[in-house]
Amino acid sequence: MKVLVAVKRVVDYNVRIRVKSDGSGVDTDNVVMSMNPFDENGLEEALRMKQAGVATEIVAVTVGTEQSQDTLRSALAMGADRAILINAEEAPEPLGIAKLLSKVVEQEQPQVVILGKQAIDDDSNQTGQMLAALLNWPQGTFASKAEFEGDSVNLTRETDAGLETIKINLPAIITTDLRLNEPRLPKLPDIMKAKKKPIDMVEAASFGVDLTPRLEVVSVSAPEARKPGVIVANAAELIDKLKNEAGVL
Amino acid sequence: MSYEAPLKEMQFVLKELADINAIAQHPGFEDATPDMVEAILKEAGKLASLVIEPLNNIGDQQGSRLENGVVVNPDGFKEAYQQFVENGWPGLHQPTEFDGQGLPFLMQSAVSEMWNASNMAFALCPMLTAGAIEAINAHGSDEIKKTYLPKMVSGEWTGTMNLTEPQAGSDLSAVRTQATKEGDHYLIKGSKIFITWGDHEMTDNIAHLVLARLPDAPEGVKGISLFIVPKYLINEDGSLGERNDAKAVSLEHKLGIHASPTCVMSFGDETGAVGYLIGEENNGLSCMFTMMNHARLEVGMEGVGLSEGAYQHALAYAKDRTQGYSPGSEGRVSIIHHADVRRMLMQMKAFTEAGRALAYVAAGAHDHAYQSTDEKVADFQRRRMDLLTPIVKAWCTEVAQEVTSLGVQVHGGMGFIEETGAAQYMRDARIITIYEGTTGIQAGDLIGRKVLRDKGATVSELIAELNEFETTLKAQSGDDFAIMSTQFSAALKAVTESTKWVLEKGMETPHSAGAASVNYLMLMGTVLGGWLMAKSALAAQREIDAGSTDEFFKTKILTARFYAEHILPRSEAYATTVQSGVGAIMDLSIENF
Ligand SMILES: Cc1cc2nc3c(=O)[nH]c(=O)nc-3n(C[C@H](O)[C@H](O)[C@H](O)COP(=O)(O)OP(=O)(O)OC[C@H]3O[C@@H](n4cnc5c(N)ncnc54)[C@H](O)[C@@H]3O)c2cc1C
Repeated sequence: MKVLVAVKRVVDYNVRIRVKSDGSGVDTDNVVMSMNPFDENGLEEALRMKQAGVATEIVAVTVGTEQSQDTLRSALAMGADRAILINAEEAPEPLGIAKLLSKVVEQEQPQVVILGKQAIDDDSNQTGQMLAALLNWPQGTFASKAEFEGDSVNLTRETDAGLETIKINLPAIITTDLRLNEPRLPKLPDIMKAKKKPIDMVEAASFGVDLTPRLEVVSVSAPEARKPGVIVANAAELIDKLKNEAGVL
Repeated sequence: MSYEAPLKEMQFVLKELADINAIAQHPGFEDATPDMVEAILKEAGKLASLVIEPLNNIGDQQGSRLENGVVVNPDGFKEAYQQFVENGWPGLHQPTEFDGQGLPFLMQSAVSEMWNASNMAFALCPMLTAGAIEAINAHGSDEIKKTYLPKMVSGEWTGTMNLTEPQAGSDLSAVRTQATKEGDHYLIKGSKIFITWGDHEMTDNIAHLVLARLPDAPEGVKGISLFIVPKYLINEDGSLGERNDAKAVSLEHKLGIHASPTCVMSFGDETGAVGYLIGEENNGLSCMFTMMNHARLEVGMEGVGLSEGAYQHALAYAKDRTQGYSPGSEGRVSIIHHADVRRMLMQMKAFTEAGRALAYVAAGAHDHAYQSTDEKVADFQRRRMDLLTPIVKAWCTEVAQEVTSLGVQVHGGMGFIEETGAAQYMRDARIITIYEGTTGIQAGDLIGRKVLRDKGATVSELIAELNEFETTLKAQSGDDFAIMSTQFSAALKAVTESTKWVLEKGMETPHSAGAASVNYLMLMGTVLGGWLMAKSALAAQREIDAGSTDEFFKTKILTARFYAEHILPRSEAYATTVQSGVGAIMDLSIENF
């Protein structure tokens, strides 16, 4: 079966994020960018499916700018067979991405689409679900285990209430949790071969879907810095502070 | 705190100073395009941070040990080495003919820096293997190459260098290990000491390169031959056969690099160790010299790597540790607010960046020298590489002593306590000025073979280039550059006059050159570091002028200015010392010491 894996180029998880001085967003100039960690889990799962003989072809897809080629090259170095770059100058919102991906699904006809449960830049946690709705496919989100069995997959989901195991029919949408697997580090020869693997470039506009933003960013600000702690003299003072300053009692 | 490869800095140095894009023009290096370089460095950095560095402290604490004749490595080393091999990193700079990737040595240097910064004891194993591969590839018979190289290039087998004996260290002409011809092979008998990764269980086989003498060999350097002695003999079909009579009989207890087994090797204790000749009989030392440039540049990279590791460690601590008050800040501050702590961190940073710049430039010269199709370029670059090699080896490793020691100092008392890991960098660094030719031996090589032998031709070329650069630097406007320019001119004068002194007076007494050599080498390193830092600053200014707002470029200019203010002035002191000649050194008789 063919597996489509969606990947996104985001600020590397090691980078300390800085908010732009005008509060319009996060500064992404001159910082290290990498593949969204959840997407690495998605790609790793697809690679394991291929090793196990379940998957036959892995296609990585991203919506981004020309710079997102880096991320696709990383995906190809890890082992994706080919890649699609949907070029969109203005980053679309999750719904726009889901629409674009639904068009790619129509063209590529994969049996499974794997996405990260969220991207670490905006933490939206929407694209996979929206894509499932647009395609009218079953979805298994927050997967920490996936076992394929004929035309279905048994998924273990990490929910707030504990682990939930579901069985869904293919074709299906899966979104990944970090515990799904441990992504591999690419091999040097594969990094070099990745350059020769094909990346299809397609303009977002060519899909004819409505990408008009529906959200307005009012402002972006850094979380307030943590205040230094104080040492209290006794339990009575602590209780007083909890009651009157923190207001939690 | 975990190590993070300074990717932006590395790419900057590769592009602006070592000119990787010109190197990528040479036939065979077409793959070293900017995007490929970036991808490779990024992935190597991940392996260093996620797999190799986590073992650094474990390796230091557990060390390698000998149990029932078997070398046991610290927990996790075997698995990490296997991943290193599976992911193809040993082959980066190795010939494509033997399934390596054939990338430039410059790329290997950048990646080696990461392995060394994250875990030098680990990095030594592939480093020595690479040295052995080079010697075999240059001098081995086709059959030996076919038998050993594919396995060594992949990293499935490792290689060692067996040169040192108790009476033969810096002076290898004193080697006594015996080799006698026995049909198609030789039998080797003797002991070697201090053999790095001489035995281990990380791979199925180990190829030992051993220097030994034939029974009728002439005395001295012209009587030494090079042999390959496998740990397990290799059958016709390539499978492994009997255990060869080559064993690690004990391991040394050391100041640092605990994870790297430093072995006393015994060859031919029982039946005689089976070995095969590499190159011609009695030509072993010159075979070893083939790989000397590589190996020495690699040890220079160990200095850069350890310096970077120590700097990152100290920086994290300085931001975290609260102590005292600082003018202009409210309440107690983290120690990075104190001017003197900042001075220490700057010193660490500036030395590390200058060392990296010099080491990469030398590695780049190596690539041009070997791969350029233009004979003039190749010849020029070969001379440049030969001149720079002892400087990179000795200066980058001496600087690492200062940097790793400052790393301890930044930590205060906790630096002396092993728990923080700061001391390990310092202990690990202590060996690098010693093996692969001590600082004294490098300085002798610089002054004797590289400066005096061609009567200053090569060094004068370099000084002419520095003079041209002086004019360029002077023309750059701005306060930071004015400071750099003043200091650089003074340093250039120091190096010019000292070189003149070496050429005119270096042979005046039998000991003149020897007495001046280390200070002359340190002078060269210091000035070349200043040159490359100022060159970096000019490149950074160009980016700023072109509209870049990246803080990296501003940081570069300030680091270069710091180097000019705090480090470059040492040039004048070195010059004074060089020119004082033998001075008191030889006047004091041995009895009166
Ligand atoms: C941890 C470790 C790992 C090693 N790994 C290897 C290895 O894998 N393979 C291997 O073969 N060897 C290895 N060595 C040996 C190493 O290369 C030698 O120790 C080194 O070359 C110095 O030799 P030596 O110890 O005999 O010192 P000596 O040669 O006795 O030197 C002592 C001092 O005298 C100075 N000196 C000596 N001769 C001169 C001279 N002509 N002019 C000026 N000064 C001079 C030196 O600079 C030094 O300061 C290793 C050593 C150690 C400690």
